[in-house]
Amino acid sequence: MSSAVSRYFTSSIGRKQLIALTGLGLCGFLVAHLLGNFTLFISSDAFNLYAHKLMSLGPLVYVAEAGLAGMFALHLGLAIKMTIENKTARGQKYYMKTRTGRGETLMSATMPYTGLILFVFLVLHILQFKFGPVYNTEIDGVFMRDLYRTVVEYFQSPLNTAWYVIAMSAAAMHTAHGFQSAFQTFGFNHGTWTPKLKLLGIAYAVFVAGGFAAISIFLHVKGA
Amino acid sequence: MSDATANMTIYLKVWRQASATAEGKFVDYKVDHVSPDMSFLEMFDVLNDQLVKKGESPIAFDHDCREGICGMCSMMINGKAHGGQKGTTTCQLHMRKFKSGDAIVVEPWRAKAFPLIKDLVVDRSAFDKIIQAGGFISAQTGNAPDANANLIPKTVADEAMDAAACIGCGACVASCPNGSAMLFMGAKISQLALLPQGQPEAPRRALNMVKSHDELLFGNCTNHAECEATCPKEIGLEHIARMNREYTKATFTYHEKARGGDGA
Repeated sequence: MSSAVSRYFTSSIGRKQLIALTGLGLCGFLVAHLLGNFTLFISSDAFNLYAHKLMSLGPLVYVAEAGLAGMFALHLGLAIKMTIENKTARGQKYYMKTRTGRGETLMSATMPYTGLILFVFLVLHILQFKFGPVYNTEIDGVFMRDLYRTVVEYFQSPLNTAWYVIAMSAAAMHTAHGFQSAFQTFGFNHGTWTPKLKLLGIAYAVFVAGGFAAISIFLHVKGA
Repeated sequence: MSDATANMTIYLKVWRQASATAEGKFVDYKVDHVSPDMSFLEMFDVLNDQLVKKGESPIAFDHDCREGICGMCSMMINGKAHGGQKGTTTCQLHMRKFKSGDAIVVEPWRAKAFPLIKDLVVDRSAFDKIIQAGGFISAQTGNAPDANANLIPKTVADEAMDAAACIGCGACVASCPNGSAMLFMGAKISQLALLPQGQPEAPRRALNMVKSHDELLFGNCTNHAECEATCPKEIGLEHIARMNREYTKATFTYHEKARGGDGA
């Protein structure tokens, strides 16, 4: 590896930009995931057909999965390394440290923790659905997985539904800081646009996390 | 201390540590006859006078100009760098901001890159090392150039001056939850990146200063903005953004050999 490449990937700013880039990539994935999941509001057939169509894309599915896994691993790995460095950079802790109220927010201060919740959530989420109970169904003569049943059965438990709402609250907090923060990390800071970007980040967080949480609650209330 | 207005009593909890290696602890002090017109440092002078008279060792703290421009004073007051008053250093913080009977906790800057020397004094030479890595320009010798030889728009000059207002006090590092020096470095890179005089070294400056910052064990910026909120010169995050741009640009456009390979 040339020195410029290794220097970038080991520097504080280079690694932050990679965290920002993968974070924005994952933000994009969440939107696509949510828009697809809106079929859950329509009907079981709509959702199953959508899931079936997605899984019939063949090799593209593996490419997409590998890309997502790669982005996630890079995001997580670099963030863990950065957090450890940041914790040790203080040295001796302050006896008293108070926020100014004009900087650090609950969202920015809890990034490692909300991130950790999202990691646990992601592992469970894949186990619960992708590798969850398999049922089959037939729509217009085509046999396919009845993923709708797997999903709706899961959300019959109030505890499961509550966990999803909690995890999505963590997602909202994580992206509300992360989305706008990514732009600053890339060097985009503008008197007019940055405040608007911050609002857009909050709107994004509310829309995505709220959308997923609404689906969980909708399926819980609707019943199997 | 015959001043009739010097009627405040302050209860201090101050970090005392005899040397870098000695065990430190908080010591409680009661300071009488504090005038509301005293600066926070003058209140410490009064306390130190009392300590010396009692034969005790005075509290070591950094100070110099006492008018907010030298960047020496460095106290964490009730958990806030320079006491948290907007746009001021510790020496510009007056006792009238407190009430008689208040208890105040005073600690040194805490950062691995700023090792403690004594009591409230820390070694901030890590900042000098960052400057040495690239915070300079090459200037021609000979007569001073004509003042208008380099045309610089007023807005750009103003912005460079905003960055150049940094006094290197280290409040950004002290208040950053990550102990990062990105605001300091952002200001130093920005002030030169904005001006034509800073251009010849611009890519090497960004690369070398960031490398130096990382090696000195400062933390990474996660855009909390506590630094901006506590900076006595109110230097903003836009200077960190400019540094990020400068660094990115240097990474992807600058190649040592293409420019003659001066080994930087």
